Amino acid sequence: MIQTQDKTLSIAGKTYQSRLIIGSGKYQDFQQNLSALQASGAEIITVAIRRVNMGQHEGEPSLLEVISPEEYTILPNTAGCYNADDAVRTCRMARELLDGHKLVKLEVLGDQKTLYPNVTETLIAAEKLVAEDFDVMVYTSDDPLVARRLEEIGCVAVMPLGAPIGSGLGIRNPYNIRMILENAKVPIIVDAGVGTASDAAIAMELGCDGVLMNTAIAEAGNPVLMAAAMKKAVEAGREAFLSGRMPRRLYASASSPIDGTFF
Amino acid sequence: MDVKVNGETLSVPKDSSLTQLIELLSLGNNRIAVELNQEIVPRSEYDLLQLREGDSLEIVQAIGGG
Repeated sequence: MIQTQDKTLSIAGKTYQSRLIIGSGKYQDFQQNLSALQASGAEIITVAIRRVNMGQHEGEPSLLEVISPEEYTILPNTAGCYNADDAVRTCRMARELLDGHKLVKLEVLGDQKTLYPNVTETLIAAEKLVAEDFDVMVYTSDDPLVARRLEEIGCVAVMPLGAPIGSGLGIRNPYNIRMILENAKVPIIVDAGVGTASDAAIAMELGCDGVLMNTAIAEAGNPVLMAAAMKKAVEAGREAFLSGRMPRRLYASASSPIDGTFF
Repeated sequence: MDVKVNGETLSVPKDSSLTQLIELLSLGNNRIAVELNQEIVPRSEYDLLQLREGDSLEIVQAIGGG
């Protein structure tokens, strides 16, 4: 399908110019995070919800004082939750924390080593959260049936992994991602596993609506530079997708004419 | 009286309100959310809520994450 005009990314009724979502984990400090965020052009950034330190130093800035909910869409996640109840509790706390903002990233993990999503618990949590009027962006496996079910439940975006969280292995199963895209009526955003710029471009070339990444930027040698690279990669991949790529061929197809050779 | 906050036992003046506890913990200016005995307390109710002996609270904030 060939399009010339790209529509903006629309999630839960809000439109975004950027199709890149980044995280706030693993950075050296808040300033580096902010610089990377600015370089990336991302408008949405994930955060985690955790206990305050009891021995908190007064006057020490907190994350949301540096990365402001006034300027960016803060996307609280349910990282660290291994069951639906904890995930739902976390989302409720996040909504309270953010003055009623109901956009959340649901992730329910099944295994500490692989951080693979527990899809059974994810489905349960998604139903509960949608019933409580949350706008759920859901991290999931690349199983097309699960993706479709999550959409049916009412999630506002489905986010299949490219590879395990923090693995940097890239898009391990592009064919499944394509299957998910074929059936989807909500944005499909690859979340997890992106390692470098080409991975993000590949996700976008497949037709994904966006890419979510954290480690790829935060653990790069130069996070701010990588963030800038990712911005371009997501844009390039999207333009390539919209251009309608050339077909793959088994054999060559000459680019220069045979006629008129002088030898 | 003793209350539990984030898993730790804390001694607070009897009849403290949630607002007073938050001030005690120097969290007055922070963006937080509070659960009291596993139920979220809306910010508008912090002043009105009187803590009782044995109450268990979770006070959370947003931090860096993916």
